[in-house]
Amino acid sequence: MQWSYLSHAIRKYSKHVNGFHVGIVGAGPAGFYCAQQLLKKIPGCQIDIYERLPVPFGLVRYGVAPDHPEVKNVINTFTKTASNENVRFIGNVSLGCDISLAQLKHSYNAVVLAYGADEDKKLSIPGENLSNVVSATKFIGWYNGLPADKNIKVDLDVEHAVIVGQGNVALDVARILLTPVDELKVGTKTDITEYSLETLTQSKVKKITLIGRRGPLQVAFTIKEFREMLKLPGVSTHFFKEQINDIDKIISDLPRPQKRLVQLMYDASQKTEVRDKLFDLLFLRTPISILGTRKIEGIELAVNHLEGEKAVVTDEKYTLKCEIAFRSIGYRSIQADPDVPFDKISSTVPQSIGVYSVGWLSSGPVGVILSTMSNAFQAASLIGQHFDKGLLNERKPGYNYISKVLEDKGIITVDWNGWMRINKVEVERGIKHGKPREKIVDIDEMLKIGGILDYT
Amino acid sequence: MSKQLLKYIITKNCLKSRIHNMKYMSTVNNEKLIKVTFNKANGDKITAEGKKGDSLLDVIINNNLDFDGYGACEGTLTCSTCHVILDPKDYNALPEKPSDEELDMLDLAYNLTDTSRLGCQIILEEKLDGLEVKVPATVNDARYN
Repeated sequence: MQWSYLSHAIRKYSKHVNGFHVGIVGAGPAGFYCAQQLLKKIPGCQIDIYERLPVPFGLVRYGVAPDHPEVKNVINTFTKTASNENVRFIGNVSLGCDISLAQLKHSYNAVVLAYGADEDKKLSIPGENLSNVVSATKFIGWYNGLPADKNIKVDLDVEHAVIVGQGNVALDVARILLTPVDELKVGTKTDITEYSLETLTQSKVKKITLIGRRGPLQVAFTIKEFREMLKLPGVSTHFFKEQINDIDKIISDLPRPQKRLVQLMYDASQKTEVRDKLFDLLFLRTPISILGTRKIEGIELAVNHLEGEKAVVTDEKYTLKCEIAFRSIGYRSIQADPDVPFDKISSTVPQSIGVYSVGWLSSGPVGVILSTMSNAFQAASLIGQHFDKGLLNERKPGYNYISKVLEDKGIITVDWNGWMRINKVEVERGIKHGKPREKIVDIDEMLKIGGILDYT
Repeated sequence: MSKQLLKYIITKNCLKSRIHNMKYMSTVNNEKLIKVTFNKANGDKITAEGKKGDSLLDVIINNNLDFDGYGACEGTLTCSTCHVILDPKDYNALPEKPSDEELDMLDLAYNLTDTSRLGCQIILEEKLDGLEVKVPATVNDARYN
């Protein structure tokens, strides 16, 4: 007992290496922010960050819209964290496939699950499998060069698109489709993939209808993203008057953030100018089926009314014709390994001593980078408290053990230097197109450039 | 070479060096440093100095101040991690009112007040010497720290 107390005290105050091993699963913003904070809370701890893909940064690389390059500045901070001598990046390792949670628990004093929420919620209505019914998540993965989504089929030789959902993901899809393609090509710093740019150049989409189950007060998108829609050249934003006309009477009673957003929507609804392309916001509708034989031809909608904050479906229904539909009604986390303490109802992982969760896997898939940072910092604080109380004192082998597992399985991993090599190639390829980078979308190619087989 | 051209070159060079001198003199004048005090959520009080034209975010970065997660987007108006709260008097005295885009980001900040600003948008000038701002915790939890 006394010895364990002493060894804990030694660990706590040794500056460089203290034998405290943390394994983080997922190299997105939550994982990196957690690592950054852990280095402060437990100086001298060794942090290993595992990533399923060969490359780091998760949604910052594959989710953030290519026309929002400023948001990606957080990569500089993450890179600084990764350059710390006590932080190791191990890319191309998948939890539940290459390694198990049991193995991680065996190796690390603290396991931090940061693998996000990458499954999109389905509408679960008839016709959802028709061609040109597209997951917004996959569409975003496609234009952002996510290897798994690079081959999805989208036919943009159509005029009317429907997007089901009224969050920022829905607005990202709408904005990318309605932005004049030249703006995505020149003068900006987008790293949108060349192949998607080619497809977008051929796009004939002239009208987008954004459908929500509830009303204008319940939209999930944030004001910055909505203001961008209003500024799109050649696009007019349209509301259905009867759905928004009375709203000005209650604006002054709303709390400030909502007040400014609703005011902006109301002001936009009062404008009458008509431009080439149309961005339509339709409230109080629930899709009940998708119509068509092979390809989508329309979407059957039920009219809702609000009871309090809840949408209630009425008997009234009608068909809205469209030639492509995107579903964007949220994400869900998966249980990556049967041992993950997964709450099936909320699809999140609660905190426990030794196994922690951060980011969307912890909070559910909502919020901006600030909320993820906040969540990750809090989890790191909790780990720090458990460490201080001596709850995580066992001697653990850390990467020494996992590296053997990976070696036995013959898995090619990518370390930080490997990522730097991939990064260099991407940046060089980008120069040709006047872009900050041209992403490599093939995993084998990434591994050829950045992979290592040496596990020591 | 024509006389005119020669004259042009001479005056241009003259002008250049004059501008250079003026620039040099103006940096000398600007070297008067402006003090700012940051009152952190955990009670720490940190005073640092910046030059005229620096933003509060610049002051924090240039002085290597350790503010968790502060300035994530590096001053590009795409996050609200550099949120600061001012006294109403100081807030009203700032020369620039917040833009719509700044207010849009502030709307996502924790502990938003009527006198909140983004640190990257507050630009130092001499009359702000001695400014005190509150830096709310970057996390939405009063128990943190």
